[in-house]
Amino acid sequence: MAYARITSADLARLQEICGAEWVLWGEAISSDFYHDELSLEGHPPEVVVRPQTTEQVAEILAYCWERSIPVTPRGAGTGLCGGAVAIYGGVLLVTDRMDRILEIDQENLMAVVEPGVLLMDFQKAVEDVGLFYPPDPGEKTATIGGNVSTNAGGMRAVKYGVTRDWVLGLEAVLPNGQIITCGGKVVKNSSGYSLTDLLIGSEGTLAVITKIIVKLLPLPRRQISLLVPFDGLQEAVAAVPKILSSGEIPAAVEFFQQEIIHAAEKYLGRSFPHSTAPAYLLLTFLGNNLAELERAYTEVAEVCLAQGAIDVFIANTADRQEGLWECRGAFLEAIKGMGELDEVDVVVPPNRIAELVEFAESLAQEYKLPIVSFGHAGDGNLHIYMLRGERSREEWLALTEQAMERIYTEAKRLSGQVSGEHGIGLAKRRYLADSLGPEQLRLLQSIKAAFDPKNLLNPGKIISV
Amino acid sequence: MEIIVCIKQVPETRDVAVDEQTGVLLREGVDSILNPFDLYALEAGIRLKEQYGGRVTVISMGPPQAEAVIREAYMMGADRGFLLTDRAFAGADTLATALALAAGIEKIGGFDVIICGLQTTDGDTAQVGPGIAEILGLPHEANVISLGTVVDRKLNVVRDGGASIDTVAIELPCLITVSKSIGEPRLLSYRRKLAMADAAVTHWSAGDLGKDVRMFGLKGSPTQVERIFPPETLTSQEIWEGSAAELSTRLAEKLRELKFVGGDMA
Repeated sequence: MAYARITSADLARLQEICGAEWVLWGEAISSDFYHDELSLEGHPPEVVVRPQTTEQVAEILAYCWERSIPVTPRGAGTGLCGGAVAIYGGVLLVTDRMDRILEIDQENLMAVVEPGVLLMDFQKAVEDVGLFYPPDPGEKTATIGGNVSTNAGGMRAVKYGVTRDWVLGLEAVLPNGQIITCGGKVVKNSSGYSLTDLLIGSEGTLAVITKIIVKLLPLPRRQISLLVPFDGLQEAVAAVPKILSSGEIPAAVEFFQQEIIHAAEKYLGRSFPHSTAPAYLLLTFLGNNLAELERAYTEVAEVCLAQGAIDVFIANTADRQEGLWECRGAFLEAIKGMGELDEVDVVVPPNRIAELVEFAESLAQEYKLPIVSFGHAGDGNLHIYMLRGERSREEWLALTEQAMERIYTEAKRLSGQVSGEHGIGLAKRRYLADSLGPEQLRLLQSIKAAFDPKNLLNPGKIISV
Repeated sequence: MEIIVCIKQVPETRDVAVDEQTGVLLREGVDSILNPFDLYALEAGIRLKEQYGGRVTVISMGPPQAEAVIREAYMMGADRGFLLTDRAFAGADTLATALALAAGIEKIGGFDVIICGLQTTDGDTAQVGPGIAEILGLPHEANVISLGTVVDRKLNVVRDGGASIDTVAIELPCLITVSKSIGEPRLLSYRRKLAMADAAVTHWSAGDLGKDVRMFGLKGSPTQVERIFPPETLTSQEIWEGSAAELSTRLAEKLRELKFVGGDMA
């Protein structure tokens, strides 16, 4: 459908709604708003608006609905699939000013937040009152709204699940400007189709989320991490199902190779406590006392040794663990420092991840393509990064396309899914369509049409209409 | 090479509050850990052992439960441990502590290098290491930031003397205290834990040291703590305006004035 271009009358109306200082257009729009963290090409929005209230969001959407102007919601812009990029121009609706934690309800163990609250600020705020928000995506400067929109996962998914498992209710604005609330401060809910669950992971294509109700846990008081070196990535990853079935579920099970440790050491300017082994697992246990944690890790340490681990290193103090996890947290930035790259975020059943890792390694050999993989071994979510290295851009793009195609095919063969936690956005639409098949794709298109018959909200994302 | 490392069990100090009325550390729910600086002393000792062979011996003074930090040292690579534990050691200031540790080290005997962490996180005095060396009549260097090689029974080290950074050759036997620049301490090895499960920790009482016990503990302490309080935090602000060039020059001058950075302004 043909979208309207922004006119000076549109600008005036948007300024009237949000206040003049919160509307940017033309050259005032920083090129940061053209892209997210990993998309290859930029798309300038015609206008950037930064509303502060649900009512302002509703007025903006109602106006754009009337005028047939596309609207792309955006949080902190830390996505990795182009989900928050305004590919058809129009309005980029940034939620950064909707950044209040409205309530931390210690009686019900719940919190109500606006979408622009940063994950790191929210985690700290609940921890300050002895509570715990378990989802732990690597990107701490992402917004909670962005986490909900992509159903972000992170390191602790193996024990605590993903963002979806912690969202109880939402307030959202439909493309025509109507405000809805779904779910609520209830632990159980069997009241018809769950629109909450439909909006989670919908990447701003169905509605603009304006309030989020999440549940919380009491904060575990103690934490111990294990760094487990192996002779090879295969051995490391193959040990994971044995660890998970040993009776003690770690909060996190990450895997990585020596190469990326060296890259992270260079990026951070500090050395990792151990880096002589080809591959590692990094595990965390959360609990309330050290004796309980020691029992848990002893059992897992024995399993690791039986699976051929070189040793099991124990990080028992906050300082020691910070050294490990700071390094893990820097992996993505360190890889970005290695040049242009593209990524795959596939997820397979946890006991098939060794096969997927092996496949990625063989592809790297076959195409002579520098491929770095690391990820969440415990939940089957593998991040595979393909680096351009010294190749020409054209040659690299052609090669990565072939390699990607084959990884997605292999993931599907292993009963996997296209995206574990980054979402589909723009970059993975084709692979999603292939993976879903025509029947499911048609259902998704019908859902999109039911919410957004004019296809104005984040058009061109997740599915083609 | 026979290496002795002095270690201490301290409260994990993150968020530890001090009762301002009584000056007592609020330790409720706080775990005890190996003094973080001692990790670097152990790392230095184990590296020397790896390079020159020999043995790493740890010694600590504290209550019986301080054996935990000696077991932790075993998991890093220490070979044997001694714990000075006796009510007679309680309430020791830095002098009485140094006297007890020096007496213990004398009793162990036959050492080439004694290594201490720069300071502890609960006392922060940095006096015990050099104190031990003075009592034992050993050459010593504090705040060593890098270990060199041993040539002709001399250990080459680089020390940060505050105003200068010096390379020093110290005759063995000697004592050094090391800073966190010495190298990232290794993690605790589960394999070492299994291998050292049956290794003993030798406990010595004040009487075992063969000295007049009145030199130890509170009785042997010429200083006493009157009050412990958290350092004052400054909240004053200065706001500057100007061009980026002016402001960056001014900022560099200020940092130099505060001695946060060194070097010429050229």
